[in-house]
Amino acid sequence: MKTSIWVRMDTWVRHLIPFSITMFLLLLTAVPTHLPGFAGIAPMLPLMGVYYWAIYRPDLLPAWLAFIIGLLYDIVGGTPLGVNALVMLLVQGTAASQRKFFLGKSFAVAWWAFGLLTAGAIGMAWMLVSFLLGRAIEPGPVIFEYLMTLCFFPILTWMLARTQMAFLKDV
Amino acid sequence: MKQSSAAGRLATFRLLAQRFAFLSLVVGSVALMLLGKADIVLIEHTRALVADALAPALDAMARPAATVAQVTENFHELANIRTENARLREENARLMHWQTVARRLESENVVLHENLNVIPDPDPAFVTARVIGDMGSAFGHSMLLGAGSKDGVRKGQAVLSGEALIGHIAEVGQRSSRLLLITDINSRTPILVESTRTKAILTGDNTVRPRLSYVAGSPTISVGDRVVTAASGGAFPPGIPIGAVSSVNDGVVRVEPFVQRHHLEFVSVVDFGLGGILPFERPPPPERRRRGKEE
Repeated sequence: MKTSIWVRMDTWVRHLIPFSITMFLLLLTAVPTHLPGFAGIAPMLPLMGVYYWAIYRPDLLPAWLAFIIGLLYDIVGGTPLGVNALVMLLVQGTAASQRKFFLGKSFAVAWWAFGLLTAGAIGMAWMLVSFLLGRAIEPGPVIFEYLMTLCFFPILTWMLARTQMAFLKDV
Repeated sequence: MKQSSAAGRLATFRLLAQRFAFLSLVVGSVALMLLGKADIVLIEHTRALVADALAPALDAMARPAATVAQVTENFHELANIRTENARLREENARLMHWQTVARRLESENVVLHENLNVIPDPDPAFVTARVIGDMGSAFGHSMLLGAGSKDGVRKGQAVLSGEALIGHIAEVGQRSSRLLLITDINSRTPILVESTRTKAILTGDNTVRPRLSYVAGSPTISVGDRVVTAASGGAFPPGIPIGAVSSVNDGVVRVEPFVQRHHLEFVSVVDFGLGGILPFERPPPPERRRRGKEE
């Protein structure tokens, strides 16, 4: 039986959701929050999107899309071009290659692995930016940014899981 | 049998292709970093183009956030209205005294200007822009503004909030531009400590309080001294307030800016007709500098 055009369009739109959500998280990071002190240590929300989809639907957010999200992150955030692109790409690659380990595991395991991976990612971004600027960046805000990212992970994962159940359950 | 081996070969081929694509993306991002390091104009144009494309979406998202911030701010103000009132009364009494002094000085100044035939500073042209993107990050302190070259914003121009300097324009697109705050690690601002007339450079380091470097001589800088822009380098006109000295520890002087980042919603991009902070470009020729003269 041949699927009708509407069904195919529906599937196609549903398949766009992981990328759109991660893009939305990226723009959300850029919204001026007007909270004192928050701007210097805002969590890396797009990183969580890339990590989550790399584990649960790597077919819908492949490496090249992670690369593009990283590039846009660099452009909006003003970091040297390529730094976050490389970081997102490596996070996607690592998470996607280890996804069999995560499937069926508890949330705590995913959180713990995210902690490890993000430590590597932020550490790498810190080294790359310091290297490109030619001087070491103050580590204090970087550590706080890491902790903020870890704290936001459960909320974000819950939201992403709800989205996945709602839109991508059987496509 | 033949079919399955063909399928196996196809799978191997696909895996290889995937690996190759991944590797080339890694190489691509490293190449981008090196290109950006070489300060190629192409990279800057691409950044500006993409920022322009994202500007409408960012602008749309920034507006409700600003409204929410205003509402919470209102509640906060209502809660503190009594203490705030007492503080303002006290401040008003002090400022009334200063007003009298200022009036006297102003009239004296006018007389002196006339006697000395002083040429007045030109009135600067300015553009008011909305902050549309504030990507919080420990790696850089910059903001996206919703005004670009078609609104008259140019690279190197000073950005003020009220009377205080907050940064300069680092990248310009058609309808968006990037404001580099004075707290950013790439930011260097020539300054003057007002009380001692000491020249120094205000160096950002991605913390809330930038530090002073290259302090001229060995002056006694104390906490609370006002820091204003200096005319050195022809970047900014002298005397724009920046902040006050917040701590002096082992020769490290830190400055607390007058305007905190989270208060910024609208900023003014000011064209003082000076070159601004432009490390590798010469300022435009004098006859085309000021917009006011063209019109």
